[in-house]
Amino acid sequence: MALTKVCGIETEYGILVHGGENNPVSASSLLINAYVAATSTRGRGRVGWDFDDERPANDARGFSLDDVVAPEIDTNLVNAVLTNGARYYVDHAHPEISTPEVSTALEAVRYDRAAEEIVRRSMEHANAKLATMSAGTPEVIVHKNNSDGKGNSYGCHENYLLARDVPFGRIVAQVTPHFVTRQVFCGSGKVGCELPGTPTDEVPYQLSQRADFFEEEVGLETTLKRPIVNTRDEPHCDAQKYRRLHVIVGDANMSEVATYLKVGTTAVVLAMIEDDALGDEWLLANPVPAIRQVSHDPTLRRTVLLRDGRRATALEVQWGLLERARKYERSHGLAAVDDAIGQDVLRRWEQVLTTLEVNPSGAAAWVDWVAKQRLVDGYAVRHGLAPGSARLKAIDLQYHDLRPGRGLATRVGLETLIDPAEVERSMTEPPTTTRAYFRGRCLAKYADEIVATNWDSIVFDIGREPLRRVPMMEPLRGTADHVARLIDESDRAVELLARLGSDDPHRT
Amino acid sequence: MAERTHKPKQTSRTTESAEVVETTTPVSESGEKLKAELDDLLDEIDEVLETNAEDFVKSYVQKGGQ
Repeated sequence: MALTKVCGIETEYGILVHGGENNPVSASSLLINAYVAATSTRGRGRVGWDFDDERPANDARGFSLDDVVAPEIDTNLVNAVLTNGARYYVDHAHPEISTPEVSTALEAVRYDRAAEEIVRRSMEHANAKLATMSAGTPEVIVHKNNSDGKGNSYGCHENYLLARDVPFGRIVAQVTPHFVTRQVFCGSGKVGCELPGTPTDEVPYQLSQRADFFEEEVGLETTLKRPIVNTRDEPHCDAQKYRRLHVIVGDANMSEVATYLKVGTTAVVLAMIEDDALGDEWLLANPVPAIRQVSHDPTLRRTVLLRDGRRATALEVQWGLLERARKYERSHGLAAVDDAIGQDVLRRWEQVLTTLEVNPSGAAAWVDWVAKQRLVDGYAVRHGLAPGSARLKAIDLQYHDLRPGRGLATRVGLETLIDPAEVERSMTEPPTTTRAYFRGRCLAKYADEIVATNWDSIVFDIGREPLRRVPMMEPLRGTADHVARLIDESDRAVELLARLGSDDPHRT
Repeated sequence: MAERTHKPKQTSRTTESAEVVETTTPVSESGEKLKAELDDLLDEIDEVLETNAEDFVKSYVQKGGQ
Protein backbone atom coordinates (compact mmCIF):
# COMPACT_ATOMS: atom_id res chain seq x y z
CA MET A 1 0.00 0.00 0.00
CA ALA A 2 1.09 3.53 -0.74
CA LEU A 3 2.93 5.38 2.01
CA THR A 4 1.25 8.25 3.80
CA LYS A 5 1.78 11.19 1.49
CA VAL A 6 3.84 13.39 3.78
CA CYS A 7 4.14 16.71 1.95
CA GLY A 8 5.12 20.35 2.17
CA ILE A 9 5.22 23.55 0.11
CA GLU A 10 8.21 25.87 -0.45
CA THR A 11 7.45 29.34 -1.77
CA GLU A 12 9.90 31.91 -3.10
CA TYR A 13 8.24 35.30 -2.82
CA GLY A 14 8.77 38.28 -5.13
CA ILE A 15 10.33 41.22 -3.26
CA LEU A 16 11.14 44.85 -3.94
CA VAL A 17 11.95 48.00 -2.02
CA HIS A 18 9.82 50.94 -3.04
CA GLY A 19 11.39 54.35 -2.49
CA GLY A 20 14.77 53.07 -1.37
CA GLU A 21 17.76 51.03 -2.48
CA ASN A 22 16.27 48.02 -4.24
CA ASN A 23 18.64 45.18 -3.36
CA PRO A 24 16.57 41.98 -3.17
CA VAL A 25 19.15 40.02 -1.14
CA SER A 26 19.49 42.63 1.60
CA ALA A 27 15.74 43.29 1.52
CA SER A 28 15.06 39.57 2.00
CA SER A 29 17.54 39.44 4.89
CA LEU A 30 15.96 42.48 6.47
CA LEU A 31 12.51 40.92 6.12
CA ILE A 32 13.49 37.66 7.80
CA ASN A 33 15.74 39.15 10.46
CA ALA A 34 13.08 41.67 11.43
CA TYR A 35 10.55 38.87 11.92
CA VAL A 36 12.92 36.63 13.85
CA ALA A 37 14.07 39.50 16.09
CA ALA A 38 10.48 40.47 16.86
CA THR A 39 9.26 36.96 17.61
CA SER A 40 12.24 35.07 19.05
CA THR A 41 12.61 34.51 22.75
CA ARG A 42 15.98 32.88 22.29
CA GLY A 43 18.86 34.32 24.30
CA ARG A 44 21.66 33.80 21.85
CA GLY A 45 20.13 34.71 18.52
CA ARG A 46 18.80 32.70 15.70
CA VAL A 47 19.10 28.91 15.55
CA GLY A 48 21.36 28.01 12.62
CA TRP A 49 20.56 25.75 9.72
CA ASP A 50 22.67 22.61 9.54
CA PHE A 51 23.74 22.03 5.94
CA ASP A 52 25.31 18.68 6.64
CA ASP A 53 22.74 16.64 4.71
CA GLU A 54 22.14 18.95 1.73
CA ARG A 55 22.71 17.11 -1.54
CA PRO A 56 20.85 19.05 -4.22
CA ALA A 57 23.03 17.62 -6.99
CA ASN A 58 21.94 14.02 -6.48
CA ASP A 59 19.82 12.87 -9.40
CA ALA A 60 16.91 10.46 -8.92
CA ARG A 61 17.94 8.68 -12.10
CA GLY A 62 20.96 7.37 -10.22
CA PHE A 63 23.96 9.64 -10.65
CA SER A 64 25.42 12.67 -8.90
CA LEU A 65 26.57 15.92 -10.41
CA ASP A 66 28.57 16.94 -7.35
CA ASP A 67 31.87 16.73 -9.16
CA VAL A 68 30.60 18.56 -12.21
CA VAL A 69 28.54 21.61 -11.38
CA ALA A 70 27.45 21.48 -7.78
CA PRO A 71 24.51 23.85 -7.30
CA GLU A 72 25.47 26.61 -4.93
CA ILE A 73 24.54 26.38 -1.31
CA ASP A 74 25.37 29.74 0.16
CA THR A 75 25.60 29.07 3.87
CA ASN A 76 26.08 32.74 4.67
CA LEU A 77 22.58 33.82 3.77
CA VAL A 78 19.94 34.19 6.45
CA ASN A 79 18.47 30.89 7.51
CA ALA A 80 16.00 30.63 10.33
CA VAL A 81 13.98 27.74 11.68
CA LEU A 82 10.63 28.59 13.23
CA THR A 83 8.76 27.00 16.12
CA ASN A 84 6.04 25.85 13.72
CA GLY A 85 8.67 23.64 12.12
CA ALA A 86 9.11 25.79 8.99
CA ARG A 87 12.34 27.08 7.48
CA TYR A 88 12.49 30.81 6.62
CA TYR A 89 15.49 31.83 4.54
CA VAL A 90 17.01 33.76 1.67
CA ASP A 91 17.21 31.67 -1.48
CA HIS A 92 18.94 33.30 -4.43
CA ALA A 93 17.43 36.78 -4.30
CA HIS A 94 14.08 35.88 -2.74
CA PRO A 95 12.69 35.28 0.73
CA GLU A 96 11.50 31.70 0.93
CA ILE A 97 9.43 29.75 3.42
CA SER A 98 9.33 25.97 3.43
CA THR A 99 6.34 24.78 5.41
CA PRO A 100 6.84 22.04 7.98
CA GLU A 101 6.16 18.50 6.79
CA VAL A 102 2.46 17.71 7.05
CA SER A 103 0.42 14.57 6.37
CA THR A 104 -2.68 15.92 4.58
CA ALA A 105 -3.55 18.45 1.88
CA LEU A 106 -5.66 20.44 4.35
CA GLU A 107 -2.69 20.84 6.68
CA ALA A 108 -0.58 21.90 3.70
CA VAL A 109 -3.10 24.70 3.10
CA ARG A 110 -3.00 25.65 6.78
CA TYR A 111 0.79 26.00 6.83
CA ASP A 112 0.93 27.69 3.44
CA ARG A 113 -1.49 30.29 4.79
CA ALA A 114 0.55 30.57 7.99
CA ALA A 115 3.63 31.23 5.83
CA GLU A 116 1.75 33.99 4.03
CA GLU A 117 0.82 35.64 7.32
CA ILE A 118 4.41 35.30 8.55
CA VAL A 119 5.50 37.25 5.47
CA ARG A 120 2.81 39.89 6.07
CA ARG A 121 3.96 40.25 9.68
CA SER A 122 7.58 40.37 8.47
CA MET A 123 6.76 43.29 6.16
CA GLU A 124 5.36 45.25 9.10
CA HIS A 125 8.45 44.62 11.24
CA ALA A 126 10.86 45.28 8.35
CA ASN A 127 9.17 48.54 7.39
CA ALA A 128 9.15 49.71 11.00
CA LYS A 129 12.88 49.01 11.09
CA LEU A 130 13.47 50.73 7.71
CA ALA A 131 11.68 53.82 8.95
CA THR A 132 14.25 54.18 11.73
CA MET A 133 17.20 53.57 9.40
CA SER A 134 16.57 55.78 6.42
CA ALA A 135 15.23 59.07 5.25
CA GLY A 136 12.01 59.11 3.28
CA THR A 137 9.55 56.25 3.49
CA PRO A 138 11.08 53.22 1.82
CA GLU A 139 8.83 50.17 1.91
CA VAL A 140 9.56 46.47 1.48
CA ILE A 141 6.83 44.94 -0.68
CA VAL A 142 6.31 41.20 -1.07
CA HIS A 143 4.26 39.37 -3.67
CA LYS A 144 3.21 35.72 -3.61
CA ASN A 145 3.67 35.17 -7.34
CA ASN A 146 6.06 33.34 -9.67
CA SER A 147 7.03 35.79 -12.38
CA ASP A 148 7.86 39.46 -12.87
CA GLY A 149 6.26 39.50 -16.31
CA LYS A 150 9.66 40.13 -17.87
CA GLY A 151 10.98 36.61 -18.23
CA ASN A 152 12.19 36.04 -14.65
CA SER A 153 10.54 33.26 -12.67
CA TYR A 154 10.85 31.91 -9.13
CA GLY A 155 9.19 28.86 -7.74
CA CYS A 156 6.52 27.44 -5.53
CA HIS A 157 7.62 23.86 -5.02
CA GLU A 158 5.73 20.95 -3.55
CA ASN A 159 7.29 17.88 -1.98
CA TYR A 160 5.79 14.43 -1.55
CA LEU A 161 7.08 11.31 0.19
CA LEU A 162 7.30 8.21 -2.00
CA ALA A 163 8.66 4.72 -1.49
CA ARG A 164 12.21 4.37 -2.79
CA ASP A 165 11.34 1.17 -4.67
CA VAL A 166 8.82 2.82 -7.01
CA PRO A 167 10.57 2.83 -10.42
CA PHE A 168 11.46 6.45 -11.17
CA GLY A 169 10.63 6.03 -14.85
CA ARG A 170 7.05 5.13 -13.94
CA ILE A 171 6.73 8.23 -11.75
CA VAL A 172 8.00 10.49 -14.56
CA ALA A 173 5.75 9.05 -17.25
CA GLN A 174 2.56 8.80 -15.22
CA VAL A 175 2.68 12.00 -13.18
CA THR A 176 3.42 14.18 -16.23
CA PRO A 177 -0.16 14.21 -17.59
CA HIS A 178 -1.33 15.53 -14.22
CA PHE A 179 1.37 18.19 -14.06
CA VAL A 180 0.52 19.37 -17.57
CA THR A 181 -3.26 19.53 -17.07
CA ARG A 182 -3.85 20.29 -13.38
CA GLN A 183 -3.24 23.98 -14.17
CA VAL A 184 -6.90 24.19 -15.27
CA PHE A 185 -7.73 24.44 -11.56
CA CYS A 186 -4.44 25.40 -9.89
CA GLY A 187 -3.01 27.94 -12.34
CA SER A 188 -2.74 31.42 -10.84
CA GLY A 189 -3.27 33.26 -14.11
CA LYS A 190 -1.05 35.69 -15.99
CA VAL A 191 -1.56 38.69 -18.26
CA GLY A 192 0.54 38.18 -21.37
CA CYS A 193 3.19 35.65 -22.26
CA GLU A 194 6.90 35.32 -21.48
CA LEU A 195 7.89 32.90 -24.20
CA PRO A 196 10.50 34.76 -26.24
CA GLY A 197 9.01 35.90 -29.53
CA THR A 198 5.34 35.43 -28.66
CA PRO A 199 3.40 38.64 -29.28
CA THR A 200 0.98 39.77 -26.56
CA ASP A 201 -2.07 39.68 -28.81
CA GLU A 202 -1.41 36.01 -29.42
CA VAL A 203 -1.62 35.19 -25.68
CA PRO A 204 -3.31 38.11 -23.90
CA TYR A 205 -4.07 35.96 -20.84
CA GLN A 206 -3.03 32.49 -19.71
CA LEU A 207 -3.77 29.99 -16.95
CA SER A 208 -0.34 29.67 -15.37
CA GLN A 209 2.43 31.92 -14.08
CA ARG A 210 5.03 29.22 -14.65
CA ALA A 211 4.17 27.26 -17.81
CA ASP A 212 6.19 29.56 -20.10
CA PHE A 213 9.36 28.57 -18.25
CA PHE A 214 9.35 24.80 -18.78
CA GLU A 215 11.70 23.55 -21.46
CA GLU A 216 12.39 19.89 -20.62
CA GLU A 217 10.34 16.83 -19.71
CA VAL A 218 12.68 15.62 -16.97
CA GLY A 219 15.91 16.85 -15.42
CA LEU A 220 17.88 18.12 -12.45
CA GLU A 221 17.81 21.86 -13.15
CA THR A 222 15.56 24.25 -11.26
CA THR A 223 16.73 27.69 -12.41
CA LEU A 224 17.20 27.28 -16.17
CA LYS A 225 15.92 24.77 -18.71
CA ARG A 226 13.35 23.87 -16.07
CA PRO A 227 11.93 20.34 -16.36
CA ILE A 228 8.29 19.31 -15.80
CA VAL A 229 9.55 16.50 -13.55
CA ASN A 230 12.52 17.48 -11.41
CA THR A 231 14.96 14.72 -10.52
CA ARG A 232 16.58 16.21 -7.43
CA ASP A 233 17.14 13.20 -5.21
CA GLU A 234 17.55 14.63 -1.76
CA PRO A 235 15.06 12.82 0.46
CA HIS A 236 15.97 14.50 3.79
CA CYS A 237 15.09 11.19 5.43
CA ASP A 238 16.08 7.52 5.18
CA ALA A 239 17.25 7.31 1.56
CA GLN A 240 17.12 3.51 1.56
CA LYS A 241 13.37 3.57 2.12
CA TYR A 242 12.12 6.87 0.76
CA ARG A 243 12.33 9.39 -1.96
CA ARG A 244 11.02 12.97 -1.95
CA LEU A 245 9.44 14.02 -5.21
CA HIS A 246 10.44 17.67 -5.65
CA VAL A 247 7.72 19.28 -7.78
CA ILE A 248 8.74 22.56 -9.37
CA VAL A 249 6.01 22.91 -11.98
CA GLY A 250 3.28 24.59 -9.92
CA ASP A 251 2.15 28.17 -9.30
CA ALA A 252 1.88 29.79 -5.88
CA ASN A 253 -1.84 30.03 -5.16
CA MET A 254 -3.73 32.79 -3.40
CA SER A 255 -6.88 30.62 -3.31
CA GLU A 256 -6.93 28.14 -0.43
CA VAL A 257 -9.14 25.80 -2.43
CA ALA A 258 -6.63 25.86 -5.31
CA THR A 259 -3.76 24.94 -2.97
CA TYR A 260 -5.95 22.21 -1.46
CA LEU A 261 -6.76 20.77 -4.89
CA LYS A 262 -3.17 21.13 -6.14
CA VAL A 263 -1.72 19.17 -3.23
CA GLY A 264 -4.71 16.88 -2.69
CA THR A 265 -5.05 15.67 -6.28
CA THR A 266 -1.29 15.31 -6.70
CA ALA A 267 -1.05 13.24 -3.51
CA VAL A 268 -3.83 10.94 -4.80
CA VAL A 269 -2.18 10.61 -8.22
CA LEU A 270 1.17 9.77 -6.59
CA ALA A 271 -0.46 7.20 -4.28
CA MET A 272 -1.97 5.56 -7.38
CA ILE A 273 1.42 5.53 -9.12
CA GLU A 274 3.04 4.04 -6.03
CA ASP A 275 0.42 1.26 -5.97
CA ASP A 276 0.72 0.86 -9.76
CA ALA A 277 -2.98 1.64 -10.10
CA LEU A 278 -2.85 4.56 -12.55
CA GLY A 279 -1.66 3.02 -15.78
CA ASP A 280 -0.55 4.54 -19.07
CA GLU A 281 -3.92 5.56 -20.52
CA TRP A 282 -3.24 9.31 -20.38
CA LEU A 283 0.44 9.52 -21.29
CA LEU A 284 1.18 12.59 -23.41
CA ALA A 285 3.00 12.60 -26.74
CA ASN A 286 4.69 16.02 -26.29
CA PRO A 287 4.51 17.26 -22.69
CA VAL A 288 6.56 20.46 -23.10
CA PRO A 289 4.51 22.00 -25.95
CA ALA A 290 1.39 20.65 -24.22
CA ILE A 291 2.01 22.45 -20.90
CA ARG A 292 2.28 25.77 -22.73
CA GLN A 293 -0.66 25.06 -24.98
CA VAL A 294 -2.91 24.22 -22.05
CA SER A 295 -1.80 27.36 -20.24
CA HIS A 296 -2.34 29.55 -23.30
CA ASP A 297 -5.95 28.42 -23.77
CA PRO A 298 -8.40 29.93 -21.26
CA THR A 299 -11.27 28.53 -23.35
CA LEU A 300 -10.12 25.05 -22.22
CA ARG A 301 -11.18 23.73 -25.64
CA ARG A 302 -7.93 22.92 -27.42
CA THR A 303 -6.72 19.33 -27.44
CA VAL A 304 -3.28 17.84 -26.84
CA LEU A 305 -1.89 14.73 -28.49
CA LEU A 306 -1.72 11.59 -26.36
CA ARG A 307 1.02 9.02 -26.82
CA ASP A 308 -1.47 6.50 -28.24
CA GLY A 309 -2.56 8.91 -30.98
CA ARG A 310 -5.82 10.16 -29.47
CA ARG A 311 -6.38 13.81 -28.72
CA ALA A 312 -7.87 15.13 -25.48
CA THR A 313 -8.56 18.46 -23.81
CA ALA A 314 -6.88 19.16 -20.48
CA LEU A 315 -10.28 18.74 -18.82
CA GLU A 316 -10.71 15.33 -20.45
CA VAL A 317 -7.33 14.21 -19.12
CA GLN A 318 -8.38 15.46 -15.69
CA TRP A 319 -11.72 13.59 -15.90
CA GLY A 320 -9.74 10.48 -16.84
CA LEU A 321 -7.45 10.84 -13.82
CA LEU A 322 -10.42 11.48 -11.52
CA GLU A 323 -12.15 8.39 -12.86
CA ARG A 324 -8.99 6.37 -12.05
CA ALA A 325 -8.94 7.92 -8.59
CA ARG A 326 -12.55 6.82 -7.99
CA LYS A 327 -11.58 3.26 -8.94
CA TYR A 328 -8.53 3.49 -6.69
CA GLU A 329 -10.72 4.65 -3.82
CA ARG A 330 -12.81 1.47 -4.24
CA SER A 331 -9.89 -0.94 -4.73
CA HIS A 332 -7.29 0.45 -2.33
CA GLY A 333 -8.99 3.07 -0.15
CA LEU A 334 -7.58 6.54 0.42
CA ALA A 335 -5.72 5.99 3.69
CA ALA A 336 -2.46 7.27 2.15
CA VAL A 337 -3.98 10.74 1.83
CA ASP A 338 -6.31 10.41 4.88
CA ASP A 339 -9.69 8.85 4.11
CA ALA A 340 -11.87 11.83 4.98
CA ILE A 341 -9.61 14.39 3.29
CA GLY A 342 -9.21 12.11 0.29
CA GLN A 343 -12.97 11.82 -0.18
CA ASP A 344 -13.36 15.56 0.15
CA VAL A 345 -10.58 16.13 -2.41
CA LEU A 346 -12.29 13.83 -4.93
CA ARG A 347 -15.63 15.56 -4.37
CA ARG A 348 -14.13 19.01 -4.91
CA TRP A 349 -12.06 17.76 -7.85
CA GLU A 350 -15.27 16.65 -9.57
CA GLN A 351 -17.01 19.87 -8.64
CA VAL A 352 -14.29 22.09 -10.07
CA LEU A 353 -14.00 20.08 -13.31
CA THR A 354 -17.77 20.18 -13.79
CA THR A 355 -17.89 23.92 -13.24
CA LEU A 356 -14.92 24.62 -15.52
CA GLU A 357 -16.56 22.55 -18.22
CA VAL A 358 -20.02 24.10 -18.01
CA ASN A 359 -19.36 27.66 -16.95
CA PRO A 360 -15.70 28.48 -16.15
CA SER A 361 -16.52 31.84 -14.56
CA GLY A 362 -18.51 29.90 -11.95
CA ALA A 363 -15.17 28.68 -10.53
CA ALA A 364 -14.08 32.20 -9.54
CA ALA A 365 -14.35 31.43 -5.82
CA TRP A 366 -11.87 28.53 -6.10
CA VAL A 367 -9.59 29.00 -9.10
CA ASP A 368 -7.08 31.87 -9.14
CA TRP A 369 -6.80 32.24 -12.90
CA VAL A 370 -10.58 32.51 -13.20
CA ALA A 371 -10.86 35.05 -10.37
CA LYS A 372 -8.03 37.12 -11.85
CA GLN A 373 -9.39 36.92 -15.38
CA ARG A 374 -12.72 38.27 -14.19
CA LEU A 375 -10.96 41.36 -12.78
CA VAL A 376 -8.73 41.83 -15.81
CA ASP A 377 -11.53 41.48 -18.36
CA GLY A 378 -13.97 43.58 -16.36
CA TYR A 379 -11.42 46.35 -15.91
CA ALA A 380 -10.39 46.27 -19.57
CA VAL A 381 -14.01 46.67 -20.67
CA ARG A 382 -14.75 49.44 -18.20
CA HIS A 383 -11.71 51.51 -19.17
CA GLY A 384 -11.40 50.46 -22.80
CA LEU A 385 -7.91 49.02 -22.27
CA ALA A 386 -6.06 46.98 -24.88
CA PRO A 387 -4.97 43.43 -24.01
CA GLY A 388 -1.67 43.41 -22.14
CA SER A 389 -1.83 47.10 -21.16
CA ALA A 390 0.21 48.21 -18.15
CA ARG A 391 -2.85 48.71 -15.93
CA LEU A 392 -3.99 45.16 -16.62
CA LYS A 393 -0.50 43.94 -15.75
CA ALA A 394 -0.75 45.97 -12.55
CA ILE A 395 -3.96 44.12 -11.67
CA ASP A 396 -2.16 40.84 -12.32
CA LEU A 397 0.70 41.88 -10.04
CA GLN A 398 -1.51 43.30 -7.31
CA TYR A 399 -3.61 40.14 -7.21
CA HIS A 400 -0.56 38.62 -5.45
CA ASP A 401 0.42 41.69 -3.38
CA LEU A 402 0.64 40.73 0.30
CA ARG A 403 0.08 44.27 1.58
CA PRO A 404 -3.40 44.34 3.14
CA GLY A 405 -4.10 47.73 1.58
CA ARG A 406 -3.08 46.72 -1.93
CA GLY A 407 -3.70 43.00 -2.37
CA LEU A 408 -6.56 42.11 -4.70
CA ALA A 409 -6.89 38.36 -4.02
CA THR A 410 -8.32 39.04 -0.56
CA ARG A 411 -11.04 41.20 -2.14
CA VAL A 412 -12.43 38.86 -4.80
CA GLY A 413 -14.51 36.54 -2.62
CA LEU A 414 -12.30 33.43 -2.62
CA GLU A 415 -13.68 30.60 -0.48
CA THR A 416 -11.55 29.91 2.56
CA LEU A 417 -10.90 26.56 4.25
CA ILE A 418 -8.90 27.59 7.29
CA ASP A 419 -10.20 29.70 10.14
CA PRO A 420 -8.07 32.85 10.70
CA ALA A 421 -7.46 31.83 14.32
CA GLU A 422 -6.08 28.49 13.07
CA VAL A 423 -3.77 30.34 10.68
CA GLU A 424 -2.54 32.53 13.52
CA ARG A 425 -1.89 29.52 15.75
CA SER A 426 -0.05 27.71 12.94
CA MET A 427 2.44 30.57 12.67
CA THR A 428 4.03 29.34 15.91
CA GLU A 429 2.77 25.80 16.57
CA PRO A 430 3.93 22.77 14.56
CA PRO A 431 1.72 20.12 12.97
CA THR A 432 1.20 17.15 15.27
CA THR A 433 1.38 14.25 12.82
CA THR A 434 4.97 14.41 11.49
CA ARG A 435 8.51 14.84 12.82
CA ALA A 436 7.98 18.61 12.44
CA TYR A 437 6.25 18.32 15.81
CA PHE A 438 9.52 17.28 17.48
CA ARG A 439 11.48 20.02 15.66
CA GLY A 440 8.98 22.76 16.47
CA ARG A 441 8.40 21.84 20.11
CA CYS A 442 12.14 21.51 20.76
CA LEU A 443 12.80 24.92 19.19
CA ALA A 444 10.05 26.48 21.28
CA LYS A 445 11.13 24.88 24.54
CA TYR A 446 14.91 24.37 24.32
CA ALA A 447 15.94 27.20 21.97
CA ASP A 448 19.00 28.14 24.02
CA GLU A 449 20.26 24.56 23.99
CA ILE A 450 19.95 24.03 20.24
CA VAL A 451 22.92 24.82 18.01
CA ALA A 452 21.45 23.97 14.63
CA THR A 453 18.68 22.04 13.02
CA ASN A 454 17.64 20.87 9.58
CA TRP A 455 14.96 18.65 8.10
CA ASP A 456 16.28 15.39 9.50
CA SER A 457 18.17 16.25 12.67
CA ILE A 458 18.60 18.61 15.61
CA VAL A 459 21.99 19.39 17.17
CA PHE A 460 21.86 20.08 20.91
CA ASP A 461 24.48 21.75 23.07
CA ILE A 462 23.73 20.56 26.57
CA GLY A 463 26.78 22.16 28.13
CA ARG A 464 29.25 19.34 27.75
CA GLU A 465 31.18 17.88 24.84
CA PRO A 466 30.43 16.60 22.35
CA LEU A 467 27.39 18.25 20.79
CA ARG A 468 24.51 15.79 20.51
CA ARG A 469 22.90 15.26 17.14
CA VAL A 470 19.41 13.72 17.25
CA PRO A 471 18.61 12.19 13.88
CA MET A 472 15.02 12.22 12.59
CA MET A 473 15.19 9.94 9.59
CA GLU A 474 11.53 8.89 9.78
CA PRO A 475 9.10 11.65 8.71
CA LEU A 476 6.20 10.00 10.56
CA ARG A 477 7.96 9.65 13.90
CA GLY A 478 8.56 12.38 16.44
CA THR A 479 4.83 13.13 16.30
CA ALA A 480 2.71 14.39 19.19
CA ASP A 481 1.68 10.81 19.90
CA HIS A 482 5.33 9.77 20.14
CA VAL A 483 7.00 12.61 22.00
CA ALA A 484 4.49 15.12 23.44
CA ARG A 485 4.62 13.63 26.92
CA LEU A 486 8.41 13.34 26.89
CA ILE A 487 8.78 17.00 25.95
CA ASP A 488 6.09 18.10 28.42
CA GLU A 489 7.95 16.32 31.23
CA SER A 490 11.45 17.58 30.32
CA ASP A 491 12.27 21.10 31.46
CA ARG A 492 15.76 21.07 29.93
CA ALA A 493 17.16 19.47 26.78
CA VAL A 494 19.53 17.41 28.89
CA GLU A 495 16.54 15.75 30.55
CA LEU A 496 14.86 15.18 27.21
CA LEU A 497 17.98 13.50 25.82
CA ALA A 498 18.33 11.36 28.93
CA ARG A 499 14.68 10.30 28.64
CA LEU A 500 15.13 9.53 24.97
CA GLY A 501 17.85 7.21 26.21
CA SER A 502 19.77 7.33 22.95
CA ASP A 503 20.32 9.54 19.96
CA ASP A 504 17.09 8.33 18.44
CA PRO A 505 13.97 9.98 19.85
CA HIS A 506 11.76 7.87 17.72
CA ARG A 507 12.21 4.57 19.46
CA THR A 508 9.76 5.77 22.03
CA MET B 1 -21.31 28.48 -4.61
CA ALA B 2 -24.28 26.63 -6.08
CA GLU B 3 -23.89 22.97 -6.91
CA ARG B 4 -23.96 22.35 -10.64
CA THR B 5 -26.27 19.70 -11.93
CA HIS B 6 -24.06 18.67 -14.82
CA LYS B 7 -22.95 15.06 -14.42
CA PRO B 8 -19.57 13.99 -15.77
CA LYS B 9 -19.59 11.06 -18.10
CA GLN B 10 -17.87 8.09 -16.58
CA THR B 11 -16.23 6.87 -19.75
CA SER B 12 -13.04 8.14 -21.32
CA ARG B 13 -14.05 11.09 -23.37
CA THR B 14 -11.58 11.99 -26.01
CA THR B 15 -12.19 13.99 -29.11
CA GLU B 16 -10.69 13.08 -32.44
CA SER B 17 -9.97 16.66 -33.35
CA ALA B 18 -9.83 20.10 -31.84
CA GLU B 19 -13.60 20.31 -32.20
CA VAL B 20 -15.54 19.94 -29.04
CA VAL B 21 -19.21 19.76 -28.35
CA GLU B 22 -20.65 23.10 -27.34
CA THR B 23 -21.81 22.95 -23.77
CA THR B 24 -24.74 25.06 -22.81
CA THR B 25 -24.04 27.63 -20.18
CA PRO B 26 -26.86 27.71 -17.68
CA VAL B 27 -28.14 31.24 -17.22
CA SER B 28 -27.56 31.94 -13.57
CA GLU B 29 -30.46 33.58 -11.74
CA SER B 30 -27.90 35.46 -9.76
CA GLY B 31 -26.25 36.80 -12.91
CA GLU B 32 -27.40 40.33 -12.15
CA LYS B 33 -26.13 40.06 -8.61
CA LEU B 34 -22.76 38.83 -9.85
CA LYS B 35 -22.51 41.74 -12.24
CA ALA B 36 -23.29 44.20 -9.44
CA GLU B 37 -20.60 42.56 -7.29
CA LEU B 38 -18.09 42.85 -10.09
CA ASP B 39 -18.97 46.51 -10.55
CA ASP B 40 -18.34 47.15 -6.86
CA LEU B 41 -15.07 45.26 -7.10
CA LEU B 42 -13.94 47.28 -10.11
CA ASP B 43 -14.77 50.49 -8.21
CA GLU B 44 -12.56 49.22 -5.41
CA ILE B 45 -9.73 48.41 -7.80
CA ASP B 46 -9.75 51.99 -9.01
CA GLU B 47 -9.05 52.99 -5.42
CA VAL B 48 -6.52 50.28 -4.57
CA LEU B 49 -4.49 50.15 -7.78
CA GLU B 50 -1.07 51.77 -7.54
CA THR B 51 -1.48 55.42 -8.50
CA ASN B 52 1.25 55.15 -11.07
CA ALA B 53 0.50 51.63 -12.24
CA GLU B 54 2.57 51.90 -15.37
CA ASP B 55 5.77 52.84 -13.49
CA PHE B 56 5.09 50.24 -10.82
CA VAL B 57 4.82 47.50 -13.42
CA LYS B 58 7.90 48.78 -15.23
CA SER B 59 10.00 48.85 -12.06
CA TYR B 60 8.88 45.36 -11.00
CA VAL B 61 11.95 43.34 -11.96
CA GLN B 62 12.91 40.20 -10.06
CA LYS B 63 15.98 38.02 -10.15
CA GLY B 64 15.24 34.58 -11.50
CA GLY B 65 14.94 31.93 -8.79
CA GLN B 66 14.31 28.22 -8.75
